[in-house]
Amino acid sequence: MTESTIVKVGMADLNVASGGAVLKTTGLGSCVGVTLFDPAVKAAGMAHIMLPSSEIAREGQLNIAKYADTALPELIRRMKSIGADPKRLVAKMAGGAQMFAFAGGSDSMRIGPRNVESTKLALESFGIPLLAEDTGANYGRTVEIDSGTGIFTIRSVQFGVKEI
Amino acid sequence: MDVLREVGNIGAGNAATAMSRLLNKPVDMAVPTVSLLPFEEISERVGGSEAIVVAIFLRVDGDAPGNMFFIISKDSARRILQGLLSFEAGEEDEYTEMELSALCEIGNILAGSYLSSLGDLTGLYMSPSVPSIAVDMAGAILSYGLLQFGTMGDDALLIDTTFLEGNQEAEGHFFLIPDPESFEKLFRSLGVPVE
Repeated sequence: MTESTIVKVGMADLNVASGGAVLKTTGLGSCVGVTLFDPAVKAAGMAHIMLPSSEIAREGQLNIAKYADTALPELIRRMKSIGADPKRLVAKMAGGAQMFAFAGGSDSMRIGPRNVESTKLALESFGIPLLAEDTGANYGRTVEIDSGTGIFTIRSVQFGVKEI
Repeated sequence: MDVLREVGNIGAGNAATAMSRLLNKPVDMAVPTVSLLPFEEISERVGGSEAIVVAIFLRVDGDAPGNMFFIISKDSARRILQGLLSFEAGEEDEYTEMELSALCEIGNILAGSYLSSLGDLTGLYMSPSVPSIAVDMAGAILSYGLLQFGTMGDDALLIDTTFLEGNQEAEGHFFLIPDPESFEKLFRSLGVPVE
């Protein structure tokens, strides 16, 4: 087996890959790593989403990869540009943890679950089925998707490696 | 920036003294760095986003809200537990409830001492929340402290102070990430004109 190319996706970043390259994002806490895969052309895309909605953005130049509602459309556009058909896309996602437990937490404490909810809503609005997810709880995750197989790998400190 | 470094210096100086008393050992402190950093680079300060660290997190409430982390490596945590509390060396990757609770309390004491000296210096009221502890990937932990900045851009202001304990080089970091709205208050209270 040959070592496949790894394409790193940073925080509030997105990217696409094909031909067996692997997309990887590290240290997801309350952020969500959502991936799209087109099995026919063997193309994959990944976004590292930090916040649920661009409505709360106050930044001058909007980083569309950062918000669930703006990252998905852009990821789909990028998938199309490498030959994927939006009708064939399937999604997998992980992350959205609550890293710290507080009693009576404010709204920002619930950011993980809210990221998960908004990502699901965005997927739904484009009619993309969510095949698998590993979300919530209170631990960090590093995730990878293989653009050749669509296999989504999750690594965490407590639970080691699993595939969904 | 120099003013913020001085603020960090004084706060961290007090915390270093507190830690030194706790451990009954000299604790050295590196001059704090104050930087406006891209999110990606913040976890590089503690060895990369996948590096496993022990982190105590506190939310700072009051006049100049922000997030505060006390981050130490697993080795340092182990040494602190053994040195300070004479805990037996347990499993490499496991912490008991008691050990986590002890580490959390140490973080609490240090952060409290850091904040009270900042409060004295600036005349601002700053109150730490109940601390919370996590042992996990640095990226997953620190990203949580960046959420307030997330709505503004891709950089965050970070006051980072490194501690070195004796010859054992038990390294620790204090990260103070003031909310975007807090800079002006911090500067103003220190008599620095804000543009």
